[in-house]
Amino acid sequence: MELVCPAGNLPSLKAAVDNGADAVYIGFRDDTNARHFAGLNFGDKQIREGLKYARDRKVKVFVAVNTYAQPSGWSRWTAAVDRAADLGVDALILADMGVLDYAAERHPNLNLHLSVQGSATNPAAIGFMHRHFGIRRVVVPRVLSLAQVANLIENVEVPVEIFGFGSLCVMVEGRCLLSSYASGQSPNTYGACSPAAHVEWRDTPQGQETRLGGVLIERRGHGEPAGYPTLCKGRFTVEGEIRHAIEEPTSLNTLDILPGILAAGVSAIKLEGRQRSTRYVSQVTGVWREAIDACKRNPQAFRAKESWHQTLASVSEGAQTTIGPYHRPWH
Amino acid sequence: MTMDSMQSQSPRPRLSLGPILYHWPREQVLDFYAEMLETPVDVIYLGETVCSKRRLLRPEDYWELAERVVAAGKQAVISTLALIESDGELKTLKRICADERFLVEANDLGALEFLEGRPFVAGHSINLYNQRTLAFLVARGLKRWVLPVELGRETAADLLAARADGVECELFAFGRLPLAYSARCFTAYNRDLPKDDCRFCCGDYPDGLLVATQDGEPFLALNGIQTQSAGTHNLLPSLQEVTRMGVDLLRISPQSQHTAGIVDVFSACLTGDMDFSTGMSKLRDWTPLGLCDGYWTGQAGIANSPIERRV
Repeated sequence: MELVCPAGNLPSLKAAVDNGADAVYIGFRDDTNARHFAGLNFGDKQIREGLKYARDRKVKVFVAVNTYAQPSGWSRWTAAVDRAADLGVDALILADMGVLDYAAERHPNLNLHLSVQGSATNPAAIGFMHRHFGIRRVVVPRVLSLAQVANLIENVEVPVEIFGFGSLCVMVEGRCLLSSYASGQSPNTYGACSPAAHVEWRDTPQGQETRLGGVLIERRGHGEPAGYPTLCKGRFTVEGEIRHAIEEPTSLNTLDILPGILAAGVSAIKLEGRQRSTRYVSQVTGVWREAIDACKRNPQAFRAKESWHQTLASVSEGAQTTIGPYHRPWH
Repeated sequence: MTMDSMQSQSPRPRLSLGPILYHWPREQVLDFYAEMLETPVDVIYLGETVCSKRRLLRPEDYWELAERVVAAGKQAVISTLALIESDGELKTLKRICADERFLVEANDLGALEFLEGRPFVAGHSINLYNQRTLAFLVARGLKRWVLPVELGRETAADLLAARADGVECELFAFGRLPLAYSARCFTAYNRDLPKDDCRFCCGDYPDGLLVATQDGEPFLALNGIQTQSAGTHNLLPSLQEVTRMGVDLLRISPQSQHTAGIVDVFSACLTGDMDFSTGMSKLRDWTPLGLCDGYWTGQAGIANSPIERRV
């Protein structure tokens, strides 16, 4: 089982490599990837240096071009695919059928992974993408229980990667338009959920307010911690009661079910967080490397160490973590 | 430009009725379609697209309704689930796709696997964002696609210009916007019920469960695993533009009240039998939480564009 770690810049890439990543995934500095944030991501110089650093240590580098191209921007996506192919990256993580079609035709030897943003959650969808584009891995959206993941693995030819840790998308990835409904920009069209330019933080007598595109998505007490301003984790009024109508401000942590993940035949575990700090990347990569190794040595005796949980909690967004959809009662 | 002079350049878009997105009682569904057969919609989409636990009507019931739709001189399209996770859901999908009497609308990628090689419709939850995806799916058998709801007129125009002959473009023209799908049932979640014991509580909200912001603005509507806009997306103000562009179909998404009236407004405004302001005033009366069309004009979906931005 491969450990796939995030990097938003060269120091993070090196930190992931140094702390035990089997592969690092990165993006270019534009809207062709789903972490299109100011000051983040890679130019060619950084990629070349990162590739060399990783390769010298036998670590792979994947590039995510996992947003959806519209006709007016089409050439940016094909240029990103060509650029990744020219750089000789180990895999390209794609979501858009048109971009997959282009990449499969133009670069038949390039390893293609179907991004979580590709929104394939069942054997028929994955089979379709495999048959047409020759995808060699699928990252499955966070909607399946662990039993469903195990069943999926038995029914597809393509190796399956799942998200193991990090911020939790509640909606099936690639088909969530909540951000663009409030702000005009979504992960699909812009490469970010709740883009910073549309977020406002205000201190008011009623509390601290977060607005997205002018819409009040959270009002919390003074001193309550504020997480990343995704509207799915905000508090709203439902039938007269103020509550987290969609999800609490939790993040995903599957450390406790690692033996089950291994037994299910998952090929790779991905850690979320290209937008996070180098310290985050070092810490989570180190913990997950140690945990995966311990689990592989003796899955029956595996217990997540308290120190691992403490380290992960110290860098998690929000105070709570959850096994999320992998655990049926979450649904 | 008047509607009459427009007609000489492009045919008027036809009207379609989207699948019922909510969990209504069986009798209400049957009465609804009996009423819809009398309306000027040309195409009726039938089937459960949101939750596989809703089984008040089975595929056989929808096929029977489809026969009646065809007998009434309209086109019937069988619509399928937007998020396929379980083996049972996949089996039902395969069964629906195997029936070749009616056109089928794919809403999950998995449906493409079963529909390839025969004519099909790609629904708005299939991510068709560019000309290459369109051409790829046309080569697989696509005859019509519904523009993903977050895309606006610029992309619609580019795709219309790039489409092959005979391929139709449909717009989600009226209704609460389907914005997201999840493994979680949000209606049950807000009733503090687990999904596996949901008691079909979504049936208590015939147009979705309203979510308002803490400052009292209507924002979203929860409909089982689907999240919708609270406001109603409305392209009536853009009828001239979409006609000029050559859009083939305008979809009206059913709501529990006034759907026949809404169809009549669109139909009469298209033929010129009703003026725009009369139409708008009727639609406003029937959508108390407000209208929006921001996605179409390239803004936030929740925005309600001033009229000058619409034509």
